[in-house]
Parts: sequence; C-alpha cells; structure tokens
Amino acid sequence: MMQFVLNGLVLASTIALGAVGLSMTYNILRFANFAHGEVIAIGAYFSLAVVTLIGAGVGSIGPIAFGWPLLVSLPISIFVTSMIILLVDALVFRQLRNKNATRITLIMAAFGLSLMGRSLITLFAGGDPKYYEFSIRKVFELFPGAKIGPDELAVMGIAASAFIGLYFYLSRTIMGKSMRAVAENPVLARINGIDTRQVIRWTWIIGTAFATVGGTFLGHIEQLRPEMGFDLLLLMFAALILGGAGNLYGTVLGAILVGLIDSMSVAIGLSAYRAAVVFMVIMLILLVRPQGLLGEKA
Amino acid sequence: MPGGNILEVRNVVSGYVPTLPILNGVSLDVKVGEIVTLLGPNGAGKSTLIKAIAGILKVWSGTAHFLGRDLTKFETHDLVREGLGYVPQTENVFAKLSVEENLEIGCLVNRKEYPRQRERIFELFPDLARQRSLAAGKLSGGQRQMLAVGRALMANPKLLMLDEPSAGLSPKLAQVVFSQLLKVRDAGVTILMVEQNARAALQISDRGYILAEGREHLQGDAASLLDNPEVGELFLGAKSRLAKTGLGAKSHLAKTGPGKS
Ligand SMILES: Nc1ncnc2c1ncn2[C@@H]1O[C@H](COP(=O)(O)OP(=O)(O)OP(=O)(O)O)[C@@H](O)[C@H]1O
Ligand SMILES: [Mg+2]
Repeated sequence: MMQFVLNGLVLASTIALGAVGLSMTYNILRFANFAHGEVIAIGAYFSLAVVTLIGAGVGSIGPIAFGWPLLVSLPISIFVTSMIILLVDALVFRQLRNKNATRITLIMAAFGLSLMGRSLITLFAGGDPKYYEFSIRKVFELFPGAKIGPDELAVMGIAASAFIGLYFYLSRTIMGKSMRAVAENPVLARINGIDTRQVIRWTWIIGTAFATVGGTFLGHIEQLRPEMGFDLLLLMFAALILGGAGNLYGTVLGAILVGLIDSMSVAIGLSAYRAAVVFMVIMLILLVRPQGLLGEKA
Repeated sequence: MPGGNILEVRNVVSGYVPTLPILNGVSLDVKVGEIVTLLGPNGAGKSTLIKAIAGILKVWSGTAHFLGRDLTKFETHDLVREGLGYVPQTENVFAKLSVEENLEIGCLVNRKEYPRQRERIFELFPDLARQRSLAAGKLSGGQRQMLAVGRALMANPKLLMLDEPSAGLSPKLAQVVFSQLLKVRDAGVTILMVEQNARAALQISDRGYILAEGREHLQGDAASLLDNPEVGELFLGAKSRLAKTGLGAKSHLAKTGPGKS
C-alpha cells in the first residue's frame, strides 16, 4: 500500500517538474508546447555532457548516490538549454506570433521541433540508453513494507523545494506578478508598462530550468534516452488538464494524482495498461469537474 | 506649458481588419489641464480611437502626438513611462490579482514611489483600502472601476484616458467617480474620457467631441454641447428619435443606456 504511494510520488516529482514549463507556456504563450518533452531530454543530456567533461562520476552525499558533479552540472545545463530554447523561440515561435499564427500552427510547429529534437539527440548522443554513472543505489525501508532509495527521497525534496521557490517567485517578486498579469490579460499588462517580450523570455527560462532539473534526475534514477521526455509528455498533459489548465498549482496537484494513479495501476497488476488507467480516471474526474481540479468555470 | 495641447490627433485612420477602417480620419485636441469628453453612439469608434492613441491598434494614416512626441513611434508598454495612462472599457483590472497587486503593477514604472502612491489611492478610494488583499475579480462593479482608475493613477500620468468610467454603475456611484475625477484633474492630471452618461460627464468637462462613423461630428465647450438640441436629442434623453438624425444609422444604435459590461 505505502509502496505504491512512494513510487507514485517519485513519478509525480518528475511529471510536476516537467509540467511546470508546459503550464507556463500554456498560460503565457497560449499554446500546448508539444516540444516540451525534448526540453527535458536536452536538459538531461547537457547535464550528462557536463558530468562527462568533469570526469569525476556523479559523486555522492552520504547515502545519496549523486553529489557535486551532478549538482554543478545543473546550472550549466540549465543555462545552455535555456539559451537554445530562447534561440528556438526567436527563430520559430516569435516569428509565428508576430504573424498572428493560430494555436494550431504553433502546436504543429512544436510537433516538428519535437521530432527534430529527438533526432538531434540521437545524432549527437546515440539512441541507446545512457547513464550518468553506473552505480548500485541503496534502498531502505521507510515504512514497514515500503522501500525507497535515498536518491528518490532527495529528488522529491528537491522538487518540493523548487515548487515552494516558484510559489514565492510568482507571489512576491515583481517579475512573478508581471507573469501572472500577462497570463491573465496581455493587453492590460502592456498598458501598465510590462514588456511582454521580457516576460516571455523568463517564462521559457523558468520552464526550461524546471524541465532540466526534472530530466536530469529522471536520467539519474532511471536512464537517459532520446525519448525520455516525449514518453512523459502524455502524463504531463494529463496533469495539466486534470489540475485545470491555466492554474500552475493545479498542475502540481494534477501531477501528484497522475503519479499516484499510474503507480496504483501497476500495483493492482495493470502495468501494461497504466496509461489507459490514468486517462480513464482523468476522464471520470473531468466528467464531474470539466474545468479540472483548480480550474475556473468557463 | 499651460494651455498647450497635450494630445493632438490629426486625420487618424485605423481599424481592426485591414481594408475595413473604423476610424475614417478623426482629429481631436486635448489641452493641458482639461477634461474632455468623447461622446458618440455605440459602435461609433470611441474605444477604437483610444486604442489607436494607446498603440494597441496601429495608426494606418494620420498623426497622433503626445506632448509633441509622435505616439506611433512608441510601443504600448512605453507609454505609461511617458505619462499616458489608460483605463480600458472592459477587463480593466487583473481579476486574479489582489487589489494591492493591481496597484503595484500600475506602479511598475515608478516602483520606489509604490508605498506612497498606494496610500494616496487608498485615500482617494477608501473602499479599496478595506479590500486590499481581495482578488480584484471579487470586487463589486463600482469598486472594480475605482481600482481600474486607481491603478492608472499609480504611475502619475500626465494624461489619463478613461473609456466609460461610469459604465455599469448606479447614478449615485457614477457621481462619486465623476467627483473623484474632478479631484484628479485638480491634482494636475489632464483627462480624456469616453462616456455614455453624457450629461453627468459634460457637467464636469471643459469640452466635448461627438464621434460618429469614425469622424468627429460635433465639438465644442461642454456648456454649448449641453445646450445643443442635437446633442440633447441624442444623448440627454429622447433616444427614440435617434434614427432621424442620420448620426450613424448602425444597427447597434438601438442599444441604450450605459448599462453595458
Ligand atoms: N476587436 C474587434 N475586432 C473587430 N471589430 C471590432 C473590434 N472591436 C470593435 N470592433 C468594431 O469597431 C466598431 C467600433 O467599435 P468601438 O468599440 O470603437 O465602438 P464604441 O464607440 O466604443 O462603442 P461602445 O459605445 O459600444 O463602446 C464597431 O463596429 C465594432 O463592431
Ligand atoms: Mg467603447
């Protein structure tokens, strides 16, 4: 019983870290970024590149099987990945925005970029799974009958702190408030002197930072594959819709539920149908609450 | 430069869809220290004119100058720093942000002044002070309108453009808003407002313009407009005879009263 909750929360951490960027682009740029899975993967692979460059493995902190090399790689990888995403925005999405492209056009462009991203990763890093470091990780019993590794616990802690940080960023800083203003009413935001282009840049950077953290730890706990982000995309969208599209806190709540439902379906022996179970439950919830858990009524 | 023009609009053509102009060459002046009211039937292009001045719509031809500077060279987000404030007709507050956050966003270009400005607005609109932590979407119609005006005042505009500040308010509340606007003007802010509530608006105004079919149809000082029989017929009652005047025989002329969202 407790085991599936723990497994679910570990999965939820990754989904939520990824879904933050998805939710933010959805709120501010108003389209579903189907290329966000590749942001996660690219972030993870850049971390791999930095870890390889350092050449000291991933280190360790007490029982946790990652240490300074992985943690140092994170800001570097976040920086590089953000720059790439900003370049892609300038070359593709901004051009489309300036031409008043429809949402469908933006989504199709994102689809194309998603394919391209995966191909490029395969081209540069190869299609076979990669690891930051082969190591045997410890597992201990947190509750009777419920095992979890210290790494998984650390990842959950990091995800939770990241969300608390994001909460304070959005509710206390002027850029955070400007983001919420643009998400609600871009024209009124401009009237108040908010440069929406600046807000859009920070939206990409924050989304990319969360994706890179999520991708890197997903890569550490499991493995790195070119499809690692794309495979997560459906669950991230599920979290977004379940939480109520347009509500970032709803997205985090949705991610927790999606993670729990997924691991529960494994626990009851439906692992082959886990995606189907997730979407069945979501459909049932949406039948009762079409606007999602924290969404507003249309 | 008292007496000089703070805003000069000349032959402006603009609209939403290419080849379908809504403004067909409007001209309008606002002098420093004035309150100018823009009247006109529904669909005349009043809001469109304000949006073109604020850079939300492109000016297709003609010119617009604010304090002698070419407005078409600015982006919308630069204007508040230049001293041009704007309260749109609809969706003029951030409903999901608290009252205080709305005011803080209004003070973005002048953040050091925020605490002082906020207290000034709370003095002007004491209702807002009591609701400071409430989401703006939960305010009553009148409080919302006060927040919209307060938000625009946070940046200390030189010219404040208001699109139907009394829309949806009871006559009593509308009077409160108008008397606050007088105070705002006396504090040195020039005002250009669109209004449906013609009599009350003209009573606090220096001059007025009547816009029809994307052009200024009539203009004059407020007292003469109040006495003008055509204006009386159009806006100060007797709305049923509207069609006869030929003042924009558009279908939405039938819409009456200020009670719109
Ligand atoms: N976003 C828009 N897209 C296309 N056409 C628009 C848009 N907004 C307004 N219009 C059209 O432009 C014309 C002028 O509208 P505008 O809002 O300027 O009128 P108004 O004088 O402000 O009227 P009201 O008293 O109803 O506010 C109308 O015919 C209207 O249908
Ligand atoms: Mg209007």
